[in-house]
Amino acid sequence: MTEPALLSVKNVSVDLPTPRGNLRAVDQIDLNIGAGRTLGIVGESGCGKTMLSRAILQLLPKKAKLSGRVMFDGQDLVRLDPERLRKLRGRSLAVVFQDPMTSLNPVLTIGTQLIETLQEHLELDSVAAKWRSVELLGAVGIPAPQQRLMQYPHQLSGGMRQRVAIAIALSCEPKLLIADEPTTALDVTIQAQILDLLAREQRRRHMAMILITHDLGVVAGRTDDVAVMYAGRVVERAPTPVLFKKMHMPYTEALLAAIPKIDAAPHAPLPAISGRPPDPTRPIQGCSFSPRCRYAAGRCYREKPLLAASESPDHQYACFHPIQVTAGVCA
Amino acid sequence: MDMLERRAPASPLHWLGTDGLGRDELARLIYGARISLIVGLCAPMIGVTIGGALGMLAGYFRGRLETLVVGSMDVLLAFPPLILALAVTAYLGQSLLNLTCILGVLGIPAFMRVARAATLTLARREFVIAAQALGATHARILLRELLPNVFLPLVAFFLLGVAVFIVVEGALSFLGLGVPPPISSWGSMIGEGRESLDVAPSLAFIPAITMFLTVLSFNLIGDTLRAFTDPRQGAL
Amino acid sequence: MLGFVARRLLYLVPVLVAVSLLTFLIASLLPGDLAYVILGDQATPEKVEALRHDMGLDQPVWWRYLGWLGHVLQGDLGRSFRTGQTVLQAVAERLPVSFELMVLAEIIGLAIGVPFAIACAVRSGSVFDRFMTGTAFGMLSVPTFLSAILLIYLFAVELRWLPATGYVPFQEDPVGNLRFLVLPALTLALAEWPGIMRVLRSDMIATLQEDYIAMAKAKGLKPSRILFVHALKPSSLTLVTITGINIGRLIGGAVIVETIFALPGIGRLLVGAIYTRDLIILQGAVLLVAAGFVIMNFIVDALRHPRPQDPLWPRLSSASTRMSPSVRSSGRAG
Repeated sequence: MTEPALLSVKNVSVDLPTPRGNLRAVDQIDLNIGAGRTLGIVGESGCGKTMLSRAILQLLPKKAKLSGRVMFDGQDLVRLDPERLRKLRGRSLAVVFQDPMTSLNPVLTIGTQLIETLQEHLELDSVAAKWRSVELLGAVGIPAPQQRLMQYPHQLSGGMRQRVAIAIALSCEPKLLIADEPTTALDVTIQAQILDLLAREQRRRHMAMILITHDLGVVAGRTDDVAVMYAGRVVERAPTPVLFKKMHMPYTEALLAAIPKIDAAPHAPLPAISGRPPDPTRPIQGCSFSPRCRYAAGRCYREKPLLAASESPDHQYACFHPIQVTAGVCA
Repeated sequence: MDMLERRAPASPLHWLGTDGLGRDELARLIYGARISLIVGLCAPMIGVTIGGALGMLAGYFRGRLETLVVGSMDVLLAFPPLILALAVTAYLGQSLLNLTCILGVLGIPAFMRVARAATLTLARREFVIAAQALGATHARILLRELLPNVFLPLVAFFLLGVAVFIVVEGALSFLGLGVPPPISSWGSMIGEGRESLDVAPSLAFIPAITMFLTVLSFNLIGDTLRAFTDPRQGAL
Repeated sequence: MLGFVARRLLYLVPVLVAVSLLTFLIASLLPGDLAYVILGDQATPEKVEALRHDMGLDQPVWWRYLGWLGHVLQGDLGRSFRTGQTVLQAVAERLPVSFELMVLAEIIGLAIGVPFAIACAVRSGSVFDRFMTGTAFGMLSVPTFLSAILLIYLFAVELRWLPATGYVPFQEDPVGNLRFLVLPALTLALAEWPGIMRVLRSDMIATLQEDYIAMAKAKGLKPSRILFVHALKPSSLTLVTITGINIGRLIGGAVIVETIFALPGIGRLLVGAIYTRDLIILQGAVLLVAAGFVIMNFIVDALRHPRPQDPLWPRLSSASTRMSPSVRSSGRAG
């Protein structure tokens, strides 16, 4: 990666005040993504991946405190004035949220929600904007786009709504698309279609994409790089093929094992990671995965491992006892 | 009462001055409190008793009884309340008792709604079903299981009702349609003070402020109690 | 939706019949024999008897009720024996005054309540928000007749900007008409805006936490568009209900305000009818007003009837339970 990154997250932390004390949702994260590249962020629910995406978009709740820098296209989003940030959002920085049931405004038509974005950022008259909306809806695989413009979100199925949300995100040809668990709220049969649609449009438009998911299987084959998050930190980061060939972090291995296998014996118990993520309001001394880790030993309970490179500079992990065995074929 | 000392300013003898007929303002204010508070407390008492009972019965037994109760309350609500009060007092005669009774009847629908809503949710809860399974009579379930739980929301609403009825009594007396003179109530004092607004505004404003503070206190206590009993409000 | 409307319509019929029965009973309970009222105290018993017979007053109450109801259904509400006006004429003459007052009051109330609600919701928890919420709560404790004399004192007695009482029809003198209506409308609005603000503020705070607001921000829309198009519309559900109920309530005329400011509206017509024992006007006008209220409530109910397939459904059904009974109660009479 010699070219300057399109987005670089530098030492970003997010603190949320809660009645039980301060909650560090994101803990000193560094990430880079180059133009046209795809990055998968994987982790259990509650590991801070959604907070990280909100931190990049500057859409954190009012009470949250953000520190660090988010450099996008040479500008620090954290310190950018609201008006210039607004011009950037939707134009070169777009997002697809997890639940299309709640991310589309129920009282506005699909057409209104698409056209307002187009007219906000591209100087289009209403006829041109409408034209382009129809084109976009068609591109994301919505049949009879002309009629859909007049419809309200509740008249569409979940998968169709997510396609509309993607169309809105793609509408101004963004340089970076953040897809925050775009398939979690959808039927399993629709998930692959939506993911393939995202991957196809990403390649076609040559935009960078961050794909956030809890499913390691989703990022396999669809992303260039993967970052695994646990308890607000990145614990392993590598190019996708490298990670699947040779994972070092026990947590990554556990995540991979948690994907149900199609060829598993019937009635075999579903593998799950035992225990629960640590309470983020009570920071753990030592490695935060140590209570659940089967390799954990003495030092893991006392000292926090830092994210460091191993044999290749691309592959970084935070573990004192990395797995040395090859993990085998990817899922 | 001193006809020579009309609209006198405050003095050691008359702490708040005197009114247009030379009567001591403070004495009338205290006396007026009696009327305002009697109506303000007794009228919602009637409403909370009858409305509460009807609401609990409607919410517990459901079916035709509920339709009948809710329907008749809708009928009662349809009439402009002040006109109904005026027409009935015109028939029965202006007196404290009549005024209290008619205002009490007008308050029944609101209390009915509160009691019914609370009973509807409670009647589906496990402790009621358990009591039913144990063979408890309807009367026992209503009085021993439901009433203690419906009571607190009703008390909260009762306090808000006191505020409302002090205002309504004040409005009627202000128009000279409440308790007959010379009995003073805060409303009639404000009404009389209004005549001399240009020369002695304090005659209207002193009872007005008293009334406002009283109403505000009942509203504050009632609202706090309601927020306490209503988990939805607390979550917001 | 249609089934719901049909069911409500079916329910409307007995309610309206009961309303008419109660109206008739109240009117016939008023003291004073109608024949004596018309003929005066000096009338001979024979003449009174003859008139009673002519008017059907010697018939039993239920028979008279059925006769009256029959006339009402044919659109004949009767004629005042004092002024000779028909009920419909009298109501038609007074209704524009009450209607204009109501519309002005709602407009002013919304104009004060809505911006404050939005400003508070955007800065919820701030000093400004707490100050405004407190003010609104205090204003809820100010009876209309108090704010009326306060406004009269301020604008009519001290500043002498506006007349304290009186009325000119709009057709004769539009400016004068508005001058007479400003204070009464403002009085009513002062009682309306705190409720409007409280309801819209809490709904708006809930809406601003929705995903689609984050989405609208992520789309880079202007803050004004997010607030007024994306947030205000879904938040205004309870507000619409309240406004509808207020209108239904004010159809009966704002008795107190019309009396204080001497406006010839429906409220004054009714009070006057009670005093002059004008039974025909009283029962006719009360019937119209009560029926208007029932029908207005029906329309509001039908408009906001929650449909399960609607994405706003959870919101809608909670809005109907959240409607505190005090909003609907007879509390703020007039």
